[in-house]
Amino acid sequence: MNVISNKWIGQRTIRPDGADKVTGRAAYSADTTLPGLIWGKVLRSPHAHARIKSIDTSKAEALPGVKAVVTAKDLVDFPLDKSVMLGIQDMRWMCRNVMAREKALFHGHPVAAVAATSEEIAAEACRLIVVDYEVLPHVIDIDDAMQPGAPILHDFIQFEGKPSNIAGKLEHKLGDVEAGFAGADVIIERSFSTEPVHQGYIEPHACLVSVSGDGKAVIFSSSQGQFMVRAMTSLLTGIPQSDIRAIPAEIGGGFGGKTIIYLEPVATLLAKKSGRPVKMTMSREEVFRASGPTSGSKSTVKIGATRDGKIVAGQGTFYLQAGALPGSPIRGAAGCAFAPYDIPNVHSLGFDVVSNRSKVAAYRAPGAPIGAYAVECVLDELAEALKIDPLELRLKNAAKQGTKAAHGPVFPRIGFVETLEAARAHDHYKAPLGKLQGRGVASGFWFNAGGESSAQVNITEDGNVAVTTGHPDIGGSRASIANITAELLGIDYNRVSVQIGDTASIGYSNLTGGSRVLFASAMVVTQSTEKVITTLRERAAKIWKIDPEAVTWEDGEARPAGDNAGKFPGLSLADLAARASETGGPIGAGVQLNTTGAEGGFATHICDVEVDAELGIVRVLRYTSFQDVGRAIHPSYVEGQMQGGAAQGIGWALSEEYIYDRNGKVDNAGFLDYRMPVCSDLPMLDTVMIEIPNPKHPQGVRGVGEVPLVPPLAAVANAVANALGKRFYALPMSPPRVLAGLDGA
Amino acid sequence: MAKQHISTTINGEPMEFLCEPHQSMLDVLRGPLGLTGSKEGCGSGDCGACSVTLDGRLVCACLMLAMEAEGASITTIEGMATGEALHPLQQKFLEMAALQCGICTPGVLMAARSLLERNPDPSETEVRFWLAGNLCRCTGYDKIVRAVLETAADMRENAA
Repeated sequence: MNVISNKWIGQRTIRPDGADKVTGRAAYSADTTLPGLIWGKVLRSPHAHARIKSIDTSKAEALPGVKAVVTAKDLVDFPLDKSVMLGIQDMRWMCRNVMAREKALFHGHPVAAVAATSEEIAAEACRLIVVDYEVLPHVIDIDDAMQPGAPILHDFIQFEGKPSNIAGKLEHKLGDVEAGFAGADVIIERSFSTEPVHQGYIEPHACLVSVSGDGKAVIFSSSQGQFMVRAMTSLLTGIPQSDIRAIPAEIGGGFGGKTIIYLEPVATLLAKKSGRPVKMTMSREEVFRASGPTSGSKSTVKIGATRDGKIVAGQGTFYLQAGALPGSPIRGAAGCAFAPYDIPNVHSLGFDVVSNRSKVAAYRAPGAPIGAYAVECVLDELAEALKIDPLELRLKNAAKQGTKAAHGPVFPRIGFVETLEAARAHDHYKAPLGKLQGRGVASGFWFNAGGESSAQVNITEDGNVAVTTGHPDIGGSRASIANITAELLGIDYNRVSVQIGDTASIGYSNLTGGSRVLFASAMVVTQSTEKVITTLRERAAKIWKIDPEAVTWEDGEARPAGDNAGKFPGLSLADLAARASETGGPIGAGVQLNTTGAEGGFATHICDVEVDAELGIVRVLRYTSFQDVGRAIHPSYVEGQMQGGAAQGIGWALSEEYIYDRNGKVDNAGFLDYRMPVCSDLPMLDTVMIEIPNPKHPQGVRGVGEVPLVPPLAAVANAVANALGKRFYALPMSPPRVLAGLDGA
Repeated sequence: MAKQHISTTINGEPMEFLCEPHQSMLDVLRGPLGLTGSKEGCGSGDCGACSVTLDGRLVCACLMLAMEAEGASITTIEGMATGEALHPLQQKFLEMAALQCGICTPGVLMAARSLLERNPDPSETEVRFWLAGNLCRCTGYDKIVRAVLETAADMRENAA
């Protein structure tokens, strides 16, 4: 490992892509065009559940201006009896989500698509497509979906030997919970519910695809992974990956929701059929009806402790909505719920439940906020019953190095205890509260991830540095990569440019997700840069005619060392670049790795609220997040992750929810009625970064992006309970629910 | 109906375009005029990503008919910097990392500039309510509000 001088690591540098983003120049997915472009539109199911008996597209095809029509029969079929996995996605479900096959499974489910010379003509053509539906009974809510006699979405799904809407089960066991509870002095058991919430990225899904005469496709779209776009489009269209070039547009927010695709394979088939470039954009209404969200849930958590506050057993059952096709994040809910604590006996169960809602997509620490909400609320009641301060209770039971988590791992050096101690010592925790004001605390854990990443570091002919990686930059990762490269090479930050390569210009890189990007790309960029430095030393040695071992790289130049020290003036990057051809050719190196050692992230949040008892409005007055961030390579963007996650969690807790009408149609498919926090809803979101370097990473990086969304639901709920002396067990704590709860008090 | 001919001023330049009577200003800006800095996040005036000024008034371009541009003066994000010199708000947003994905940034900047033109010394509450029509999902608004307040302070100092 290189000695880190910290000239650039930890600095609040200006991001390489910043100027383009404040001047409107940055190209997001809907911002580009091509000559001859035509427009694609999707026809969506008006029913929540219906068998598709036939689709007649002849009238649409006959409409002047229509250039192509696509239905499910144009996409590659993935038969129901054979699972084909791409990462964590089963292509059987992806193919049916992109285009309804046997049945329309939710209101808004795509059933056909048209490309025409204008958006108006494409919309008109969609109206001319005749779909013969056999409308079926539908089911929206979890409890209803699990009732005997509930409409069954998929006959092939069986649970305990019978057709069922329970599509999957996951179980974590540690010790013996029965014995554990038998030894408890106090046991609290509570049930909770949460509503589905949307990721809420401001940029709707969009893409521009052209397919040349020889069948080669170029896809320009924003996603959390251009390689995922390529692979899924390839699988769904049958075009080999080598014939698809996926270019990552700037991404206008994803939060997990852009780890899968909706439009790209459809646009590719429309472009192939029509011979014209096809642009598709979702409206905000389509985004709400047919993309994302994350699961709604029902859970029950039981925790037992001895009189002195030692937790002896924890049991959790988490039912998560998958939407219309299997795949809810039960792993996050059941796996992360108890992970912050050293509990000898744990039984955590997750159930994946399908219903006639849009298929869920990943959302920032998928599932974990749901699990933490239940566990952290029960811990609050446990602290009250035991008359122990809620932070003290958490400290008494906090996981630390060597703790065995119920979901498997034994933790290495982690900083959870430090987040709790920092919260306890912070002036926020001691600040006075007024009438109808309350304070809540909660903690959270997220797995974090490593995985495949590629990087290429090239020295330009004029002696500067061009770095290319394969991960869409969703929140400033290019700045952090430039900080690291400048640090390792000992050169000015502004001499490093960082690009996100398309699928033809950089090696395979897994998704921007799992809080993995900086962890993994810092590893491959570090190793690439170290190789470059080795080459630079060899080139200097060649020029000086000495042994490469006798050359060091310091402060951005090669210097003779050992016996030769001071014999020759140093050779800078520019000197060596200028002589690259004569010393062996271009200078650059690439590294591709399946990275490991990501290690989990922990956070503790403090939230103060005030409840308006007349209007039922809960206002967040003060919010402070404490997080083990490993090493903050670019502190501003670490703080940004902490603040953004807290804001999303406040929205989840207080105002965001999907509301369905009796026909199974989303009633609030717009930003006016789906209430994400606006600027005037929030206070400043204070952050305390605690740096416990990850021992398994060259710069100590730990993923920071997702754990900030894990504690807020319970932190807000515990604050409301503290303000009112009355607890709500369902989210969101929106004004109508709060008023109803107060009336019933 | 035949396309309408519109003469207008955009970012200080006289400009002409043809549009359908039902077309929004945002569609014309992003389409024929190629000014894609204004973003479409909702098309219903809820997110503010398409904020522009019309004769000095802050509007959502998605809620404005393109024909309303006749004889008017429109400023978009593309008109905020002067040559190579960024507007102080743009510079401050970069320095204080007041953006993550950046899709809301053009609208937020246009709205913030409009605020500072009217009120050079806004309180935090005034900033928060003025920007309540500009959704940002990444930042939690903290760094945005701080950047606007600091820019206002800098601009007051420079004007003094």
